[in-house]
Amino acid sequence: MSVSTKHPHFNSGSNSGFNFAYLDEQTKRSIRRALLKAVAIPGHQIPFSSREMPMSYGWGTGGIQITAAIIGQNDVLKVIDQGADDTTNAVNIRRFFRKVCAVETTEETARATLIQTRHRIPETPLQEGQILVYQVPIPEPLRWLEPSTVESRKMHALEEYGPIYVKLYEDITRYGHIATGYDYPVIVEDRYLMSPSPIPRFDNPKMHLNPALQLFGAGREKRIYAVPPYTRVKSLDFEDYPFRVEHWNQPCELCGSTESFLDEVLIDDRGGRMWICSDTDYCQQQRRKK
Amino acid sequence: MPYVAVKGGEQAIENAEKLLHSRRRGDINVTELTSEQIEQQLTLAVERVMCEGSLYDRELAALAIKQSWGDLVEAIFLVRAYRTTLPRFYYTQPLNTGVMQIERRISSIFKDIPGGQNLGPTFDYIHRLLDFKLLAENQVPPPSETSVSQESFPLVMETLDKEGLIQSEPRATQPQVPFDLTRQPLNFPANRDARLQNLARADEGFLLSLAYSTQRGYGKNHPFAGEIRMGEVEVIIFPEELGFEISVTDITITEVQMVNQFKGSKHVPPQFTRGYGLTFGYNERKAMSMALVDRAMRASELGESVDSPAQNIEFVLSHSDNVEAQGFVQHLKLPHYIDFQAELNLIRQMRQKSQDLSP
Repeated sequence: MSVSTKHPHFNSGSNSGFNFAYLDEQTKRSIRRALLKAVAIPGHQIPFSSREMPMSYGWGTGGIQITAAIIGQNDVLKVIDQGADDTTNAVNIRRFFRKVCAVETTEETARATLIQTRHRIPETPLQEGQILVYQVPIPEPLRWLEPSTVESRKMHALEEYGPIYVKLYEDITRYGHIATGYDYPVIVEDRYLMSPSPIPRFDNPKMHLNPALQLFGAGREKRIYAVPPYTRVKSLDFEDYPFRVEHWNQPCELCGSTESFLDEVLIDDRGGRMWICSDTDYCQQQRRKK
Repeated sequence: MPYVAVKGGEQAIENAEKLLHSRRRGDINVTELTSEQIEQQLTLAVERVMCEGSLYDRELAALAIKQSWGDLVEAIFLVRAYRTTLPRFYYTQPLNTGVMQIERRISSIFKDIPGGQNLGPTFDYIHRLLDFKLLAENQVPPPSETSVSQESFPLVMETLDKEGLIQSEPRATQPQVPFDLTRQPLNFPANRDARLQNLARADEGFLLSLAYSTQRGYGKNHPFAGEIRMGEVEVIIFPEELGFEISVTDITITEVQMVNQFKGSKHVPPQFTRGYGLTFGYNERKAMSMALVDRAMRASELGESVDSPAQNIEFVLSHSDNVEAQGFVQHLKLPHYIDFQAELNLIRQMRQKSQDLSP
């Protein structure tokens, strides 16, 4: 038997041979069903039958599967990692969708209909109709307190969130403030405790009442959850220790912005460093305005 | 303009891919390895990739091994990513391992068994001495006596079953749709069908170590190798629209049934219990490990205390898949500078506070 008759993919061109957006339509439908449930119960984790993708688990397969399930031919896709469009994994995921969907891609937040992100929310405010897809490594905010999912699911069901407040309280007694820099837990629509994915605290307030649809995919952990547009998202805190975001004492050294999350970049081996926007598109827009 | 963060562009990825191809090929003066050679001569590697890749296709497994420089975990990943795209037509009828065309079959619980013990091809009693003659090429091995048995022999466990000495496996009264790990998310508590599917795809090394840990006292369950058999079985589908069975292919599998002690309880007289292992291909070490771990995970069902890693269903099933594990361990290579920046800010703030406090 010749190779080509047995394995039809072998002879097809590099771009074809696979279904639009890689996954077959049945799988996309099953993911969309999970997404609908997730939107109906904001912040609640929905199990889904995550598939092996041609990229590694842990490298964004949850986000990739959501994007693959909802992307259409007219979508304009933006992919960022650490806020930047040009980090290798962002480039790689964008390249993948160009290969299997041939959709238009962009680096401009405002032009994108679909944005897949790892570790940041863009600085440019999102609009109605836009969808932000987060890549999530550990969807369970209670994992570090309770490793068993049987137990943590019960805790969610009973809204038994005392232990996480105790953890924050212990932080305050030990360090004088809450010692969580990223992946800072939130309560969605006054009900479910949710991991915002490892975005910095700085980005948490952007989730609150955001006009865009926010979808979260954890491929390896096989969970999907969502924050629908205009949903209340509150970062955990205490009345006497209100939630605060980090701030910098200097502006971005490229665009001068004082309102963006800054990366510290080492520039020599004598301790020299500079601070620049992590959101590369935002930084460029700011520079263009000048 | 000063230095700004390293740009990992498309060009860099393309270059990496080219380098990968040329390093894979090695010295071009040496004849290229064909995937057919891998299929024929690295059979056990091929069979491991088929098993953990959960796709029975020797040609694709061989190709994956060639493409991955012989890195079997990478090859398993390639096969899994490919199988994702394949449509699902039918579930097969349950395999009947009782009518296997046996290549190897041993039982360590009886001196002789109906049909006899048959070592088949095994490394077990071979002195592990490097065979330097293999360094020379074009050697034709001496002809071996054909050992495939055309008869079918009853499963050893059935003799125990007849006496009621071994816990019988509940037979479904009506045909049940089995859980499908590749189509449904794994949830806990997980039933035995889900557990066995997970173990069949699980990383061999992980299972081997867990199985070993049960033997050393972390979840001891007194195992005996009731029967180990390897050979070909028929795969049958039953398309409802046709109304009759069709044999689609024969596959090689390894099946292990472990016999384990069980003291019994108030309601159940003392009897033996079973640990079950099944793999694609000739994967005996894996199949035995699987059977030990399967039995260990039945601890709570059998009223035993659950206090060792191998007995903890969530622990075992959540960490057994090497495609998942390799991805998450290696994702630490991805940029994490945003999280790190957040941590840096935090630790500077904390250090500042402690400096302010100290006199």
